[in-house]
Amino acid sequence: MDILITGLLLGGTYALIAMGLNLQYGMARIMNLANGEMLVAGGFVAFWLWTGSQISPLLTVFVVAPVAFLLNWLIYLIFLRPLVKRAKSRGQLEVDSILTTFGLSFVAVGLMLAFFGGDYFSYSYLSEPVHILGDTYGANRVAAFLAAVVVCGLLWLWLNRSRAGMTIRAISVAPEAARLVGIDVRRTAALAFALGGAVTATGGALISTFLTLDASTGVIFTLKALVIVIMGGVGDVRGTIVAALLLGLLETFVARLIDPGLTLAAAYLLFVVILLFRPQGLFGRPTT
Amino acid sequence: MSALSSRDWGNLALCAIALAIAACLPWTAGAYGLSIGVTIAMYTVLATSWALFSGPTHYISLASAAFFGVGTYVTGIGIQYLPYWTLLPIAGVSGAVMAALVGLATLRLSGVYFVIFTLGLAEFVRQIITWSQNISGTKGIYVLTSIGEMHIYWQLLGLAALVWLLGWLIGRSRLGFALRIIGDDEAVARHSGIDTARAKILLFMVPGAVAAITGAMLAPRYVYIEPSLAFSPMLSFQVVIMALLGGTGRLWGPLVGVIPFTFLWEAISVSFPNQTTLLLGVCFLVIVYLLPKGFVGLIDLAARRMRSAEGYV
Repeated sequence: MDILITGLLLGGTYALIAMGLNLQYGMARIMNLANGEMLVAGGFVAFWLWTGSQISPLLTVFVVAPVAFLLNWLIYLIFLRPLVKRAKSRGQLEVDSILTTFGLSFVAVGLMLAFFGGDYFSYSYLSEPVHILGDTYGANRVAAFLAAVVVCGLLWLWLNRSRAGMTIRAISVAPEAARLVGIDVRRTAALAFALGGAVTATGGALISTFLTLDASTGVIFTLKALVIVIMGGVGDVRGTIVAALLLGLLETFVARLIDPGLTLAAAYLLFVVILLFRPQGLFGRPTT
Repeated sequence: MSALSSRDWGNLALCAIALAIAACLPWTAGAYGLSIGVTIAMYTVLATSWALFSGPTHYISLASAAFFGVGTYVTGIGIQYLPYWTLLPIAGVSGAVMAALVGLATLRLSGVYFVIFTLGLAEFVRQIITWSQNISGTKGIYVLTSIGEMHIYWQLLGLAALVWLLGWLIGRSRLGFALRIIGDDEAVARHSGIDTARAKILLFMVPGAVAAITGAMLAPRYVYIEPSLAFSPMLSFQVVIMALLGGTGRLWGPLVGVIPFTFLWEAISVSFPNQTTLLLGVCFLVIVYLLPKGFVGLIDLAARRMRSAEGYV
């Protein structure tokens, strides 16, 4: 029971991060491997504001999200749009964007190392016990989970109910046809990319309340987010949430029952199983 | 396979002479020069074998570190029970088997899955080894041999020669022809009856085996092996950068990338040890935006300009 709830709480925060990546890969069609660095940067800002001026990480989100949105918008315009323009095929774009975002992620790690040093950073925020069904949990985990649920819910409503959300879903399903009905595909893709970055950075600010981060942990989160997105199905919001919760549960099980050093190995095994048996994702239909 | 023309024989002879000159390095350079030589030879082997697969197929493999690490562990564990010379083939076979398994799981799918899979592979093996060491209570492994830098260097040169020869033979074979078609258009390849998955898996076994053998050869250099050293993820990225910087279009392309990058890397890590990741990032961006075909592309362009200036074209 204890493991179940801890796993679900962790999975909720993972869902937020993976949602960010899904917006970028599923909708904007850019495999962003610098996604984890955006998360760590969000965590850094939360850490900095909390230790510097005691601003609650839950409020920091309102600063982190717009800044990350703008930053990702600029990254898309400067680095990725030229690639989208010159790419002759989807495969070509994939190779180019993988190399570019790897480059960006290394540059980000290098810059963060230069400014903040290579130390681990963590702070204690809301580390009081909360009682759920007879067991105790850290209040920061519960708060992060609730915040993640709120953000995911809003995002889901926005994607499904608003016109802007519909255009984003349209370019994800059929970029060519979307142009025919008067959607500015380039602008919408940039929007989806920027939004994805903002969601990931928000996830970073939330996750930093209970996990210890350092400048080079980004790639681990990128890997986890990728596993979740592929397991849930590229471009599928519901699948992403289910997959994130599953991964959270699996990691907690492995960490508690076998060894905490094996969590990434467990995520990776899950990924292998998905690739072998359901490469189209949990809820995806097989493509011919 | 067609017969060798006199030009082929000439090229082969030139390569043999160049290799013989390179083999004299231990007598001409000092200890520092030799250690740089070993590094260059190691990355030449890794980057060239990487380019053999990733050049024609455009699949970016980040598994070099995983294969390399497995190789170092083959030597590390095996040296206590077996003579050194039997370990290299064992490492090669285990690398090839691992590559075949990875290939079976991912090479039927799109390129992105392959990248993610190979990115996680080194970390996966590292966590498993660390965990099994925790359980058995051992930490690192000592590799104490009488093998010096000089011997490692000659072994690597020999391996490099083998890789080039293999690459040249593949280029002339039916498999090489099939791969060029797959690289141009996979759908066309499939329609003309090429078993694309099989061709890709077969080819992927080459860098797998070569990287594992390289790891096995370099284990004596490290003396003390532990998982974070053997499976350093940086290695995979360095190999990718060097190969792409040189250019994957030619067999000798990666070599042109390895030499300048090794010196640059040495210079940066001596004076700004914390900025090597930044350098790696900038190199990636330079490759994508300025040098999509690597130095080889530049050289070809210059050669074409010269020829047209002389009025041949």
